[in-house]
Amino acid sequence: MGLIGGGLVDRSATGTVAKERLAFLAGLFLIPAVAALAMGGASTYVTSNWAVLIIAGLFVGLGTRIANGCTSGHGVCGISRLSLRGIVATVFYIGAGGLTVVVFKHLLGVI
Amino acid sequence: MAFAAGGVFGLGLLISGMTDTREVQGWLDVFGDWDPTLAFVMGGAIIPMAIAWQLTRGRTPVVGGSFPAPPEPRLGRNLVVGSVMFGMGWGLSGLCPGPAVASLSFGGVEGLVFLGAMVAGMIAAPPVKARLDTAAVAS
Repeated sequence: MGLIGGGLVDRSATGTVAKERLAFLAGLFLIPAVAALAMGGASTYVTSNWAVLIIAGLFVGLGTRIANGCTSGHGVCGISRLSLRGIVATVFYIGAGGLTVVVFKHLLGVI
Repeated sequence: MAFAAGGVFGLGLLISGMTDTREVQGWLDVFGDWDPTLAFVMGGAIIPMAIAWQLTRGRTPVVGGSFPAPPEPRLGRNLVVGSVMFGMGWGLSGLCPGPAVASLSFGGVEGLVFLGAMVAGMIAAPPVKARLDTAAVAS
């Protein structure tokens, strides 16, 4: 979701592009909000451990911008056009994610 | 148009379970109680997207602008280091950037804390990236 970096952080875009990015973010926030209300709530289980939240958030933000993409950018948009970078990125982030869950859930019991 | 695109994307994330951190962590938990559902979400997203990429050939977007340039073929340290960091954060929290925004309305104060830290990470990224670039050149 490079658009999040683009809409919230990268202020280099101006005019229509900047407006489009903000409109995209607004839709991404508002439409699920309305849908969740209509469905009588949605389930998510974000950890209440603030240390984990902050470290995870920092890593996701840093990683997404350093690698130029995340699940949607490299995973969906990259693999679908057979981009080598997209495929390599996806292998590494799924591998790292899987290992992290093993270590922090099963070995350390933090999450 | 962009609002609608964001909305449909968010709706898809919500319905498919990408905004549910337990499902995401269940999918990443290959050595534990593995839940394969999200592999279908990703596969289901990649197939129409592959068709969409084919359709963009030789065309221009009806809403103006241009389609993204062909992918950059070079692999670098940034790609690997960034992806590993992203994967670790994703595994720890069960959240990645799209779902973090899509689940804000029901993710509680924790969702906001995550988003705040994520934006801070995004702001801090360019200098780290530049350092990785020079490191790659030096070695």
